[in-house]
Amino acid sequence: MSVVYFIFQQTMYFMIPLMIVALGAMFSERSGIINIALEGIMTMGAFTGILFIHFTGGSMNGQFQLIVAVLISMVTGMVFSLFHAYASINMKSNQVISGTALNMFAPAFAIFVARVIQGVQQVQFNNTFRITSVPFLGKIPFFGPLLFQNAYITTYIGIAIFLLSTIVLYKTRFGLRLRSCGEHPQAADSAGINVYRMQYAGVMISGALGGLGGLVFVVPTSTNFNADVAGYGFLALAVLIFGQWKPVNIMLASLFFGLMKAIASAYSGIPFLSSLGIPSYFYKMVPYIITLIVLIFTSRNSQAPKAEGIPYDKGQR
Amino acid sequence: MKPKQIKDHTGILSSIFAIVLGLIVGLIILFLCNPKQALPGFATILSGAFTHGAKGVGQVFYYATPIILTGLSVGFAFKTGLFNIGTPGQFIMGGFGAVYVGILWTSLGPAHWIVALLASVILGAVWGLVPGLLKAYFNVNEVIASIMMNYIGMYLVNWIVKSYKPLFNNLRNESRNVAATANIPKMGLDKIFPGSSVNGGILIAILTVIVIWLLLNKTTFGYELKAVGFNRDASKYAGINEKKSIILSMVIAGAIAGLAGGLLYLAGTGKHIEIKDVLASEGFTGISVALLGLSNPIGVLFSGIFIAYLTAGGFYLQLFEFSTEIIDIIVAVIIYFSAFALMVKIILSKIHKQKGEKAEAAKEGGTKS
Repeated sequence: MSVVYFIFQQTMYFMIPLMIVALGAMFSERSGIINIALEGIMTMGAFTGILFIHFTGGSMNGQFQLIVAVLISMVTGMVFSLFHAYASINMKSNQVISGTALNMFAPAFAIFVARVIQGVQQVQFNNTFRITSVPFLGKIPFFGPLLFQNAYITTYIGIAIFLLSTIVLYKTRFGLRLRSCGEHPQAADSAGINVYRMQYAGVMISGALGGLGGLVFVVPTSTNFNADVAGYGFLALAVLIFGQWKPVNIMLASLFFGLMKAIASAYSGIPFLSSLGIPSYFYKMVPYIITLIVLIFTSRNSQAPKAEGIPYDKGQR
Repeated sequence: MKPKQIKDHTGILSSIFAIVLGLIVGLIILFLCNPKQALPGFATILSGAFTHGAKGVGQVFYYATPIILTGLSVGFAFKTGLFNIGTPGQFIMGGFGAVYVGILWTSLGPAHWIVALLASVILGAVWGLVPGLLKAYFNVNEVIASIMMNYIGMYLVNWIVKSYKPLFNNLRNESRNVAATANIPKMGLDKIFPGSSVNGGILIAILTVIVIWLLLNKTTFGYELKAVGFNRDASKYAGINEKKSIILSMVIAGAIAGLAGGLLYLAGTGKHIEIKDVLASEGFTGISVALLGLSNPIGVLFSGIFIAYLTAGGFYLQLFEFSTEIIDIIVAVIIYFSAFALMVKIILSKIHKQKGEKAEAAKEGGTKS
């Protein structure tokens, strides 16, 4: 039984950041803007958040410190994503190119600034954030060890974001308007919706959640930040497509990807899997291969937003 | 006549505009970090490549070799309407093919390096073939498929190199040395640029650039590829086999990126496949090279040399206690602004129109009075 708990807890460490970032990207793509810059946004968010933790380490309560870091990461991601928004909405540039530029910029910037500030590119931090057992809830049989032991406060933030974004996307006026901009911006515009403002909102949400996702990824899995998030931005893109741009499916897809990642990183500690003798590289490859296969079956009737990637030009209405 | 001329100029102008802005941002960052060293540091970026004379120039060509080809790969795919973001995967697969043949097939004699390069071309092509097939038959977006292929390729190469003893250098966690016969001959370049790492690879890269230029501009096949890129349905209607064109575009793009990997790992400069879970940076640099070179093969050749030139200059920045990442920042900013090309074009044509109208107005005014 302890193996199940262990795998599940590990899965959460990988799943939550993927889900947060993919949900963010969902808002951007649903508004019609392809955001391939997730990797860069995550890097920037993680960088400022970790930098904050590095400099304030030990001077304040761990959980409070983490929450401040979360806010800093979200603001950083949002500001950084504005560059993408400006290029793709105002300048009508190719969204993939602008995203690629942001992806290149982020790690270089993080390394450069880290060297200027502290001499080396790795930013160390003390992980004081793990909650061994949530008071009261951790004692519930089965669910206690599963969800409320060895957890991080960011896990619950992630779950809250999942619930919130499902409601926002489907049950609010804002969500409806956002979706209409991604499907048919001309029609949305003629119905009086400010398409540019909606798209800015979409990209900025993806920036905030992307930045947060970067921090959430680094905190449980490492004790230093080395200017990269191990391809999680691109993996989140895969999760988004695998989840067909829908919140619940995205949650399930990230659960699956998280499980695969957890197995890849911890399989040697699991007697059943290590006796199979399959190397970790196999588990690392599986999410990508499965995404390719899923793409083959879903692309014919893809649920992708119709106007995705096409700069909206009022003049062409 | 006139509109065509404007178009040609704006392409280059927007590239120059992007380069200038990128350099300005780089200068500003240097100033923010260390105002005293900023100007000499910046001068080093611009001229550092010449510090050691001919050797320095040779180094520039050495750095340029793989990124010209990855840039050509991306640029070629762009010309045919595809975005090949799969260069990192194709590059590492190509590199793996070259290293595999280079280490194991030692009985080939003088043809060894040619066979090794062929292996890199073939493996790169296979890695381009998959997204091509998916795009042609299942309408899968090639960007997403290529990203997946990047990671599959990287993990696969790491897996094979690490688990196959003859390939793996246990002590340094990287691939072993290739046989001496597998290294690309210097082709006389070591005499022109003594002491540098440059080799025949740059000549092969230039040759590839010329072949691709001819293919795109002087052959029916190239015309068909471009036509499918412009409008898939119209080309199909015009009798072009559009599925075949898409697949072949990706295969050729993959083959070029694979060749880039082969040329780098067979350069005889101590480059090995390192077992790190990181995508090959040469692949992503190729995207920058292609964008800056406006996807034109000749443009790609020059932009590849330009970025290699900045990189070479960047190495000397450490003398001023700046880290070399500033070059990556500058290149990223250049790419960001080169994405504005469309807007620059619109603004330029507006200015042009206004000028024309003014001139006409002046003319009319002149005739009236």
